[in-house]
Amino acid sequence: MTETSRGLPERPLSPHLQVWRWHITMACSILHRASLFALYVGVLLLAGWALALASGPDHYACYTDVLGSPLGKLVLFGITVAVFYNVAYIVRQSFWDLGKGFDPKTANLTGVVVIAFAVAAAVVTWIIALATGAI
Amino acid sequence: MSTSKSQFRTPLSRARGLGASHHGVGHFISERVSGLALVPLFIWGAFAGIRLAGSDFDTVAAWVAIPINAVLLSLLFIALLVHLKNAIQVVIEDYVEAFAPKAALVIGNLFVCMLAGAAGIVSILKIAFTGAL
Repeated sequence: MTETSRGLPERPLSPHLQVWRWHITMACSILHRASLFALYVGVLLLAGWALALASGPDHYACYTDVLGSPLGKLVLFGITVAVFYNVAYIVRQSFWDLGKGFDPKTANLTGVVVIAFAVAAAVVTWIIALATGAI
Repeated sequence: MSTSKSQFRTPLSRARGLGASHHGVGHFISERVSGLALVPLFIWGAFAGIRLAGSDFDTVAAWVAIPINAVLLSLLFIALLVHLKNAIQVVIEDYVEAFAPKAALVIGNLFVCMLAGAAGIVSILKIAFTGAL
């Protein structure tokens, strides 16, 4: 986007990954995009779950067997992390939309909090599920 | 500078303020608002997931047939798919430059989201209206 033939002033380039220092706010942004793809898988699995449930006990048992396999549990745990990451990230973004939390110190802190919340909430959710005998 | 550019925009177009893409900040706002709706729905969904994970077919079907659960599940589908359709479209537009593959991916994304939403909501309504088989 450096085209200046129409007499427009040269615009600043987006920071390239190669020359950009790795830091927490950038990691949060990239993780947010990654988590959206995890949610995409999640919503397709949820639609499949609803379809299986509407198709009767046999289909449902088959579907939950796949989700309950070790690989299925790993995927579901990843989706749990993505769900809680998004909960925290949306709250963070809403403060940004109010014009708050942009100074580097706060942005770094909220970035750490968002990641920590996602992991902690997902672990707690699975511990509760284990403790109540759901898994 | 402003004379040569503004000559090509009608006063109505300027008043609408929708810019070159003709939809202004609608995409951004729908992403943020669907995101706000998702916060309580996600937390409810986590509790529902814990509750239902180890349950058998009859228990789960009976749970889905309770109206408030059917409503919240349907709303979860709608809010999540609106959010994801917009979010993934932005990722596609960021990284795919050529028109044909970009258009194909954006349309494919829309179709997948619509299919998931229709499948999910119709299934839930079927259970809600007819109960467990």
